[in-house]
Amino acid sequence: MAEATKTGDDGVQIDLISGQRMDELTTMEKIRLILDGVHDGNIVILEEGLTPDEESKLIEVTMGEISPDEFNGIEIETYPRSETRSSSLLGRLMGGEEPTAKLTVIGPANQIETLHKDESLISALVSRN
Amino acid sequence: MGLFTGLRHSISRVTDRLFSEQEPKRIGIYGPPNAGKTTLANRIARDWTGDAIGKESHIPHETRRARRKEGVEIERNGKSVTIDIVDTPGVTTKVDYEEFTDEMDKDDAIRRSREATEGVAEAMHWLREDVDGVIYVLDSAEDPITQVNTMLIGIIESRDLPVLIFANKIDLEESSVKRIEDAFPQHETVPLSAKEGDNMDEVYENIAEYFG
Repeated sequence: MAEATKTGDDGVQIDLISGQRMDELTTMEKIRLILDGVHDGNIVILEEGLTPDEESKLIEVTMGEISPDEFNGIEIETYPRSETRSSSLLGRLMGGEEPTAKLTVIGPANQIETLHKDESLISALVSRN
Repeated sequence: MGLFTGLRHSISRVTDRLFSEQEPKRIGIYGPPNAGKTTLANRIARDWTGDAIGKESHIPHETRRARRKEGVEIERNGKSVTIDIVDTPGVTTKVDYEEFTDEMDKDDAIRRSREATEGVAEAMHWLREDVDGVIYVLDSAEDPITQVNTMLIGIIESRDLPVLIFANKIDLEESSVKRIEDAFPQHETVPLSAKEGDNMDEVYENIAEYFG
């Protein structure tokens, strides 16, 4: 398990959550784990990301929790899918679920700003508030 | 061979009847806020039914409820398709009421942001449960490689929904259709300006061909 957290009164906590830990959770448990961390002002990094269905539900639940002057939502970043992905339907037919192993960074919308993103690099600026 | 041909014709008749008796396909118009979704929905609805669907605005999140226009029959080059157009609120992962305070007072801005969050959740629900195909609208003057676009296209693909990408606002100087084609090469990209009505013939050809 690759969970590593660091707390500090004037720092930013980063939760790096392993794929193994996420595998043990249901969709709503995953979403709760992410959003509880983000509500606390943490940056959550998922080793293996979420499935498209889980991403859809994460957006939906996030919307329900937005509150003026308290929580504006999330910033979420993963690597863009590569162009070779066009064979994904065949892949899914042959091997079930599409692989979702993409490092994913999630944080409070007012604290994380993406500076650059391409298929191999995500560069983000994290502020304390 | 004769048996095979006869069998094929029988199957073809059955499927024709099945599809002709099917309810119109619900085609969701999706995309980020301010891509021109409602302008496009209004353009299509006006062209084929004479009525509009909703109010257009330059302020993000003008559409905060999914709206359906039923039974829009589109004909092109001998192909015809009857669809229900579902105009959905722009999808985002964040909504800040301060985004609207230049245009309205704080109470109205807060109300608008609350309604916008409900609208996004509603749009996601429609996508998971209630649409048969998607027109994904992008502002061709903006960078298409955003997390919301990547996620939504991924969600649409994971549900095996047919999707056409519409590169809107080609009337703008900064427009780049190629940037969108390069970002999502696995899908058909159709350039247009819903506001000016540019390239609508190709738009309708693609809708009739792809969803028909």
